[in-house]
Amino acid sequence: MSGKSRRDFLKKSVAIGSVATGLSASTAKAGPKNILSEDRMGVLVDTTACVGCRNCEWACKDAHNLPAGNLDSYEDRKILETKRRPDQTALTVVNEYPHGKNSNLPVDVKVQCMHCDHPACVSACIVGAFSKQENGSVIWDTDMCIGCRYCMAACPFQIPAFEYDKAINPLIMKCDFCFNRTKDGKLPACVNICPVEALTCGPRHELIKIARNRIKRNPNRYVNHILGEYEVGGTSWMYLASKEFKELDFPDLGKNPAPGVSESIQHGIFAYFVPPVSLYALLGGIMWITKRRKELEEEEKI
Amino acid sequence: MSHELVNPVPIKHKFFTPGVYVLIVIALNGLVFLMGRFFFGLGAVTNLNDQYPWGLWIGVDVAAGVALAAGGFTTAAFGHVMHKEEYHAIVRPALLTAMLGYTFVAVGVFVDIGRWYFIWHPLIMWNGNSALFEVGICVMIYMTVLYIEFLPIVTERFIGKVNLPGLLTALNKPADKILRLLDRGLSKTMFIFIIAGVVLSTLHQSSLGTLMVIAGPKMHPLWQTPVLPLLFLLSAVSVGFPMVIFESLIASRSLKLKPEMHILSRLGSMIAPLLGIYLAFKIGDMFIRETFVYLNEFTTASVMFSIEVVLGVIIPLRMFLSPKVLKSPPLLFTASALVVFGVLLNRINNFVVAYTPPYSTESYFPSFGEISVTVGFVALLVLAYRFIVMNFPVISLPGQQTAQPKKYTIRGVEK
Ligand code: SF4
Ligand code: SF4
Ligand code: SF4
Repeated sequence: MSGKSRRDFLKKSVAIGSVATGLSASTAKAGPKNILSEDRMGVLVDTTACVGCRNCEWACKDAHNLPAGNLDSYEDRKILETKRRPDQTALTVVNEYPHGKNSNLPVDVKVQCMHCDHPACVSACIVGAFSKQENGSVIWDTDMCIGCRYCMAACPFQIPAFEYDKAINPLIMKCDFCFNRTKDGKLPACVNICPVEALTCGPRHELIKIARNRIKRNPNRYVNHILGEYEVGGTSWMYLASKEFKELDFPDLGKNPAPGVSESIQHGIFAYFVPPVSLYALLGGIMWITKRRKELEEEEKI
Repeated sequence: MSHELVNPVPIKHKFFTPGVYVLIVIALNGLVFLMGRFFFGLGAVTNLNDQYPWGLWIGVDVAAGVALAAGGFTTAAFGHVMHKEEYHAIVRPALLTAMLGYTFVAVGVFVDIGRWYFIWHPLIMWNGNSALFEVGICVMIYMTVLYIEFLPIVTERFIGKVNLPGLLTALNKPADKILRLLDRGLSKTMFIFIIAGVVLSTLHQSSLGTLMVIAGPKMHPLWQTPVLPLLFLLSAVSVGFPMVIFESLIASRSLKLKPEMHILSRLGSMIAPLLGIYLAFKIGDMFIRETFVYLNEFTTASVMFSIEVVLGVIIPLRMFLSPKVLKSPPLLFTASALVVFGVLLNRINNFVVAYTPPYSTESYFPSFGEISVTVGFVALLVLAYRFIVMNFPVISLPGQQTAQPKKYTIRGVEK
């Protein structure tokens, strides 16, 4: 890529977009549940504490009825040599990177859905199968999904996976923040099993305070950046790290919510159906006038 | 009113020719892979994966299909809304192309979505924020409108000619009555549908452009712009007439008819300004966002973008400005084919080439199965077109008064 980053273009795009439509994204009407509660939960992932034991991978599979295998088999660290992505067989994976500042230990990064505050998947889904719940989870409804995979094209973190090998009822697979557990106040399976304090679950605003505190107390240990505090409008899952997030394969995303531009265009075109109806009236008018003119011409000829 | 020009008749010609057999083989090959998709899932036939959720089928069957069927609404707007009756001869072929085109778009969607049996869900499950929802609903309604617009051609074919076999002969009279009733009702209300068709087309042609906006930085900046909806609409409008010319010249060649050059040249003369507007917005957008820096690099994206703009817009634009091109069938055909190619490539670029997800490990190229299905659909479409123009009054033969009574020649335009 040349000097300019895609983010710059996106920034400009946002500016053009809002000029082009002149409407804000907040005028949504028909749509899926998309609650942004004050007390929404989140998880703070401290990659400097993570030891790469991959117990979370096992617990996650176990909690979602995916073939999990034996917990002992996860001790094999060979698998950390390749970079993996969450997919239909594993909703979360841990990747390992070379050590960061002031430490000789490798950096381990757990990857899963970020549970965005303004999720692109919720905005995009054609039938509204995705929703943002009050406790912060972004979940997916199998009874609605038509399998169009637009959510996958939309997600800026490239998270949703799809069961391409199934002819009937293929599922969209992604971390659901263990909604079945968290809705009853239980901890997510991965947070529950984590043997060190790499995963902290709690109200998002508390987590931000904790994260700031850790950075303040240990400025040598952390880079001064909480990933997810502002990225794409904020996410429920947030990260601390000892090196730049770019080096840990996090995409460089701006602060604007991913669905912002497309929603404002969408609502601009539709704005309470005024533009389509006006266009209809305009065309009807033209049709009537040209017809009248033709008739008059014909009458004159006779 | 100039009835000599509008004179649609079923074309008499042999259906089966060597070319038709080739098309049948291509279509059957596609159907074989299609069965694979339904029995073994999308993964068995396509190269799609978690990195590239959308591929050839969405880019070509759906996005390009919708764009290339734009001839239906541009000619309807021109012929009916603006009452340019000289052009009525091409309204019906364009309508047929649009109807078949949208039918195949719908089939394309049906094949591509993982849960095809839930294709009706958007009718009752709404997400007004989703560009895809808007496209889906508009395409569904517009397809219905196209079928309604085509109905008069069917009634015209059968009125006074209903001839049911055997025991059903008793029903001939009532059937004829129903057809006449339908015909009368339709010609009184057709203008409603014609305008609705134009509005619906404007909406979903542009929303198709909004689709990829949400992909944000996953899409190459040469294409990713908030004015995508406008670019999609402008390109659809400018490909409408070239597509009509393109297929009209192919049809007259294959059915051994004299090309309607007097209409086609006049249509051709209107393409240059439309292409010019599209080009101006495309280049203007590139300069405002300063994306031309990417053209200095030699990448798939920059090459594809250049081909799309130079071969698909600039060269045909120059050609359509020349009177010589407008008068010569081969040159007019070439210029139109270039525009069609340009828009096809633009849709492929937007949906496939421009899409580079952050964690892609390999790039996407359609599988043999995907290509077979797409090509098979095109073959089926051509066969359906051929069958319909041979059995229904769609194509006009200038000069021959073999048509139906005048009353039925122009729909929705009461005299
Ligand atoms: S990370 Fe992707 S899948 Fe998860 S909530 Fe955000 S947009 Fe949706
Ligand atoms: S694949 Fe399912 S969940 Fe994803 S956008 Fe399509 S309908 Fe919605
Ligand atoms: S929150 Fe639940 S679903 Fe998500 S990664 Fe942890 S265990 Fe898996």
